[in-house]
Amino acid sequence: MSRRVAVTGIGVVAPGGTGVTRFWDLLSQGRTATRRISLFDPAGLRSQIAAECDFDPAAHGLDPTTVERCDRYVQFALVAAREAVQHAGLDMTRENPWRTGVSLGTAVGGTTRLEQDYVLVSERGARWDVDARKAGPALERAFSPSTLASAVAEEFGAHGPVQTVSTGCTSGLDAVGYAHQAVADGRVDVCIAGASDSPISPITMACFDAIKATSPNNDDPAHASRPFDAHRNGFVMGEGAAVLVLEELEHARARGAQVLCEIAGYATFGNAHHMTGLTKDGLEMARAIETALDEARLDPTVIDYVNAHGSGTKQNDRHETAAVKRALGEHAYKTPMSSIKSMVGHSLGAIGSIELVACVLALTHQVVPPTANYETPDPECDLDYVPREARERRLRGVLSVGSGFGGFQSAVVLTGPERKA
Amino acid sequence: MSGREPRRAVVTGIGAVTPHGIGTEVFWKTTVGGGSSLAALDRGGCEGYPLRVAGQVRGFDPAALVEETFLVQTDRFTHFAMAAARLALEDALLADADFDSPYSVGVVTAAGSGGGEFGQRELQNLWGQGSKYVGPYQSIAWFYAASTGQISIRHGFKGPCGVVASDEAGGLDALAQAARTVRHGTDTVVVGAAEAPLAPYSIVCQLGYPELSRATRPDHAYRPFTSEACGFAPAEGGAVLVLEEERAARARGAEVRATVAGHGATFTGASRWAESRDGLAHAIDIALGEAGCRPEDVDVVYADALGVPEADRAEAGALADALGPHARRVPVTAPKTGTGRAYCAAPVLDVTAAVLGLQHGLIPPTPHVTDPCHDLDLVTGPARAVEARTALVLSRGLMGCNAALVLRKGGARGPHR
Repeated sequence: MSRRVAVTGIGVVAPGGTGVTRFWDLLSQGRTATRRISLFDPAGLRSQIAAECDFDPAAHGLDPTTVERCDRYVQFALVAAREAVQHAGLDMTRENPWRTGVSLGTAVGGTTRLEQDYVLVSERGARWDVDARKAGPALERAFSPSTLASAVAEEFGAHGPVQTVSTGCTSGLDAVGYAHQAVADGRVDVCIAGASDSPISPITMACFDAIKATSPNNDDPAHASRPFDAHRNGFVMGEGAAVLVLEELEHARARGAQVLCEIAGYATFGNAHHMTGLTKDGLEMARAIETALDEARLDPTVIDYVNAHGSGTKQNDRHETAAVKRALGEHAYKTPMSSIKSMVGHSLGAIGSIELVACVLALTHQVVPPTANYETPDPECDLDYVPREARERRLRGVLSVGSGFGGFQSAVVLTGPERKA
Repeated sequence: MSGREPRRAVVTGIGAVTPHGIGTEVFWKTTVGGGSSLAALDRGGCEGYPLRVAGQVRGFDPAALVEETFLVQTDRFTHFAMAAARLALEDALLADADFDSPYSVGVVTAAGSGGGEFGQRELQNLWGQGSKYVGPYQSIAWFYAASTGQISIRHGFKGPCGVVASDEAGGLDALAQAARTVRHGTDTVVVGAAEAPLAPYSIVCQLGYPELSRATRPDHAYRPFTSEACGFAPAEGGAVLVLEEERAARARGAEVRATVAGHGATFTGASRWAESRDGLAHAIDIALGEAGCRPEDVDVVYADALGVPEADRAEAGALADALGPHARRVPVTAPKTGTGRAYCAAPVLDVTAAVLGLQHGLIPPTPHVTDPCHDLDLVTGPARAVEARTALVLSRGLMGCNAALVLRKGGARGPHR
């Protein structure tokens, strides 16, 4: 059984403003939301910049108990999920809860809260046998990444399969990919899918410092994230969440829901090469793209926009360019490919879903978001990266790709709502 | 695909690193003998907490099974996973196999607690000494995806890779994901779970679980389905299985142990144990439906057996709801009372025991339990000889997930080669 999978609602918490409207304003205007870190004092770090969310949980309707029980990344997910479910017009009292699932991704889960409490129980790293009495409430919920999907499922009364996915930086694509498979296979009719991460914390910034993966452009944070540019020097950390309501196409039509687009194909492979290193040829990512297109039964020439992983590290952007050329052939040179990480940073596990929401919006508006800060071409990156300004374009199929630690390479294909069977 | 035989996912290899010891054989011998490895928690720095009893993996020399280059980059939970994966591949006679294509082998693991010991050490370096003292491997050792990534890299497997970071039930979800991956076209998937939650800060985090047993005697700490039930004892360790497409497995002469025939997953809310009755019953219905089994086909149940009275009652009720009168007749067992619950790995150890039990015609008993107080045929005392064909494995997680997995002995064309 393979059923068609519609997207009927989207929600987002991203740097530059909460909610889909403000997110699209930022992207379509090519503005950047990267700045010096304010969530903690970053003095002493190699990379002191990030794309932060100005997020006030109370203003978004989260009560004090929820705020105390839920880490920042779970709060993001709850707010994004509410927006998506409302957008979809999904009335859970009319849905079969056993046929409604949740699939959410996160790369580092509750590490922000885990670190905050660690500082207390260890007396700032003074002791190995930490003092349990100094721990804050609900610490076990930060310890268990399952909290993410569990909290969202409880919010909406979903009783179907509920899963937290954690494949590092491809989590946001994989969580939606799994949801797509669950709907296509007939295991659920509706799936609340997406991802969230809040990794702007001393330990996570320090661990990327240690491998020089993040940009040290501390003097000019607004222009620090430079995907595909010859002067790129690492990614800029981000945070946020995005949620998509996935639904069997006939189920969506039967309840009169607006179909924003379809998720038509998904694939993931490992490169079995290195936990953090990438090959130059992009062979495995190319295979993920080809397999996702096969599943979607689409010719590569139907892809009118590639939403890149485009992290802004030397190796990633080169690797990805090679992969897209390998998979799309000559068509790659005619297809715009941009990275929104230039504007909202790289929020690890969350970004894949944030990028999928950007793809849905690109299809809806028939506009390709730009790569901000792109100025100087790199001979190894010779595609059309949509420098600095958004572009109107007829979009039929859109491809989003991701690449992450562990060697994982994922691809998702989306098509506009007018596609015939 | 009409006219073609459907693809089935069968178990052809098992590797286990558990509190019972290193390797599948010692796990099975101890399990079937009703032995227990629960003991006083005595790892350095872990002694002073109100968690006194756990299942520790002792005598584990990771260097005997995993190369040094991988060991320095990884936490203990990944050491367990990599060691178990190697044992499973050896067991399947695939350790040095030349696969047709690296893309035909995938890896799926479940992990619910991450690289806690490694992470705590690096947190100590950061907060005790400064950010420049955080090592280069923190970024790849602490996160939940470490085991899948390292197994893929070590063995050169480029097929679909997945990581389930759910609660306990995620162990069964990972197996189901692997089985679907095989059905959808990947020939082989290495799948399992391993956890290492017995480091000081990880223990402090777990103290918030109201279900955690605080008993001080190893023989009293984890006694599900009894009137003395007082929670569960946690454990470390894990197991990895090799799943293969049945025809491909037979073509290379592999031993087909069992088929992963059905899976169901539901959610009924964190620590809402009374509601888990409905959730677990639904999961069983879905799993049996997918396997094409009737309730009375179930020959043995490996229970979740949380050890919390309300949860135990809900599980007995779920079996009655889903299996009807057969629930009072079918043997039920919970060998995990002898190892403790290794979070996501707990149901994978149960699957390991279930596959071996089907193979040997034996149902291992439930250590430490003598006088169950529910209307179940709980296997206590010695192992029971039963020529079972179908096993049902149940799992519930502390964050509210419920899962059921149906295993059938051998493959479609009988159990043997």
